[in-house]
Amino acid sequence: MLYQGRLKTVLITTLLAAASLSSFAVSQQETDQEKNARRKGLDISVEVKNRDSGWGDSKADMLMILRNEQGQESVREIKIKSLEQLGDGDKSLTVFNKPKDVKGSAFLSYSHAEKADDQWLYLPSLKRVKRISSRNKSGPFMGSEFSFEDFSSFEVEKYSYKYLGNEKIAAKDFFKVEQFPVDENSGYTRRVVWIDQQEYLVHKIDYYDRKNSLLKTLTYVDYQQYSGKFWRARSMQMINHQNGKSTELIWNNYTFNNGLSEGDFNRNALKRTR
Amino acid sequence: MSMNFLTKKAAAAALLLAFNISASEFEYSGKIGIEERYFFAGGQYEEQFEHWQTSFSVEPEFTWNWNDGVDSLVFTPFYRFDAQDEQRTHGDIRELFYIHVGDDWEFRAGIRKEFWGVTEFQHLVDVINQTDGVEGFDGEDKLGQQMLNLSLVRDWGIIDLYLLPGFRERTFPGEEGRLRGPLVVDKNNVSYESSAEDKHIDFAARWSHVLGDFDIGSYWFHGTNRDPLLTPAQNGQTLVLRQYYNQMDQLGIDVQATIDDWLWKFESIYRSTKAEDFGAVQAGFEYTYVGVFDSFTDLGLLMEYGWDSRGEAGASAGANVQNDLFLGSRIAFNDMQDSEVLMGFSTDLDHNAFSILVEASRRFGDSFKANLDFRMLQSSEYTDQLYSLKDDDHLQVSLDWYF
Repeated sequence: MLYQGRLKTVLITTLLAAASLSSFAVSQQETDQEKNARRKGLDISVEVKNRDSGWGDSKADMLMILRNEQGQESVREIKIKSLEQLGDGDKSLTVFNKPKDVKGSAFLSYSHAEKADDQWLYLPSLKRVKRISSRNKSGPFMGSEFSFEDFSSFEVEKYSYKYLGNEKIAAKDFFKVEQFPVDENSGYTRRVVWIDQQEYLVHKIDYYDRKNSLLKTLTYVDYQQYSGKFWRARSMQMINHQNGKSTELIWNNYTFNNGLSEGDFNRNALKRTR
Repeated sequence: MSMNFLTKKAAAAALLLAFNISASEFEYSGKIGIEERYFFAGGQYEEQFEHWQTSFSVEPEFTWNWNDGVDSLVFTPFYRFDAQDEQRTHGDIRELFYIHVGDDWEFRAGIRKEFWGVTEFQHLVDVINQTDGVEGFDGEDKLGQQMLNLSLVRDWGIIDLYLLPGFRERTFPGEEGRLRGPLVVDKNNVSYESSAEDKHIDFAARWSHVLGDFDIGSYWFHGTNRDPLLTPAQNGQTLVLRQYYNQMDQLGIDVQATIDDWLWKFESIYRSTKAEDFGAVQAGFEYTYVGVFDSFTDLGLLMEYGWDSRGEAGASAGANVQNDLFLGSRIAFNDMQDSEVLMGFSTDLDHNAFSILVEASRRFGDSFKANLDFRMLQSSEYTDQLYSLKDDDHLQVSLDWYF
């Protein structure tokens, strides 16, 4: 597993280095400084991905709290299972428990590094499994301030990178990396990500909309370590600066390497989610 | 509520199993609803009620899980009380089944609902469950079907094998009920082609698979035709419709291609009975425009066409959907309350007939959901089926409480 992870890193770094070399040939203007920023941004992001590989599968309960400008709250209760895929995006099964009128509804996603994700929805009232278009990535997830895109697994190939510098916040050292989505259907022009220099964990993300103005900020709070290896934030807070709404995710009961298999992530599994 | 011998046996076995479960997880949920319909015109036929129709419904769901979810039992009874239509006061066991999950297989036994298909305006290939015709007008409400189902997951697709012991008769509005033709369907005058009658054991096998952007399904069904042949008969002094269920073999195929913002949908069946063989197709697309006018609102546009080789339904048996066009739009506001509006328009290109449908829904608080439905059914031609429903335009408001 570890070896495979390393091999993947080497491969990705080589491939992307080759890609940046070829584009260098096209844009002769790129300075050494720019090239270094690109390299370093990529290296940091690859390290983020690598430090969080080998978890096999995970299960967790999520509480999603939606708040509007007036402070009114609405709560969604969700269970998420994920299966790590080597060489491709992860598979995940999301089951809704609350609001009660959507209880049993489920969402199956095969995310991909480069092509569009495959997504299916299960509607228990009709017992119907429906394949849905994954181009809808900028749309809100369950009426929240998170989009479908924000829930898709992080894959190195989904962005191009630029290292912006270091920043010290509350006596902690962070890398600041700019990430540009490769997919033109993304709802963002760029994200600015704060990554701590010790554990390579994402602490904050600023999202810029298609007009390149600041749209949202996501903050990761209270990281916990599981299985002595994998770090997960207990709380994730997304604030929308443009509409004043916010969404908080509270994660409970994380477990890793549960022995889940492909069979837990097919269309049959989608139907037995009550 | 009709339950035949096999159903009772399955129910008894399932309940016995349930009481033997130790360390199982039990959960319940469900909904209780009130529904009010207002028909703009009085009844076209003598015994029909005039304008208002009030009803209450309850549908709890009980689930037991044990062996870490490998085994489970689901029980979903349903009951509706209708103040105006005696036949719409009805109950059903929507689900009562046991399910065992293996590594690459599943076994499901009991009363279940199974949906097949991809299109929105007509569900041609959906054949396992009988329609609960009195419950809703769109045919999407189904009666529970007793079955043994083995599902095998392979690299080349999912194979489902079904043994369906016993048959459910369709439900129809009664004498006082609206949304019916001039003659009432007699629920006591039912005959079958098979000498086993409603005990006939039906069989179905389905293969479904995902190939890139394509979701494909195909099946063969052998058994009792879910669509009854309705013929006028005398019941004492009154003329009624008697139900006849023949045997059929049906081949079905459904395909959906999900390409960018487009869903391309195709369903087709070929049905063979003693009386006739025919083919039918329902096909179209759904296009979703994400975030219209810089908002979070999604706008879906739908178009489908339905064709049937039997041609138009006239005095003889034909098809209701034989050269029909369907247009629709779905607006999802993507707000906290999941507000949604669905609009549909369908027209028979061979007749001067059309229907309009508007369905809106929204959540209130955490556990209430309100639905507002409007239906308009128009036809100026006496031969068209919709003509018999031309006075049944109505508005329906319902409120469900989820627990």
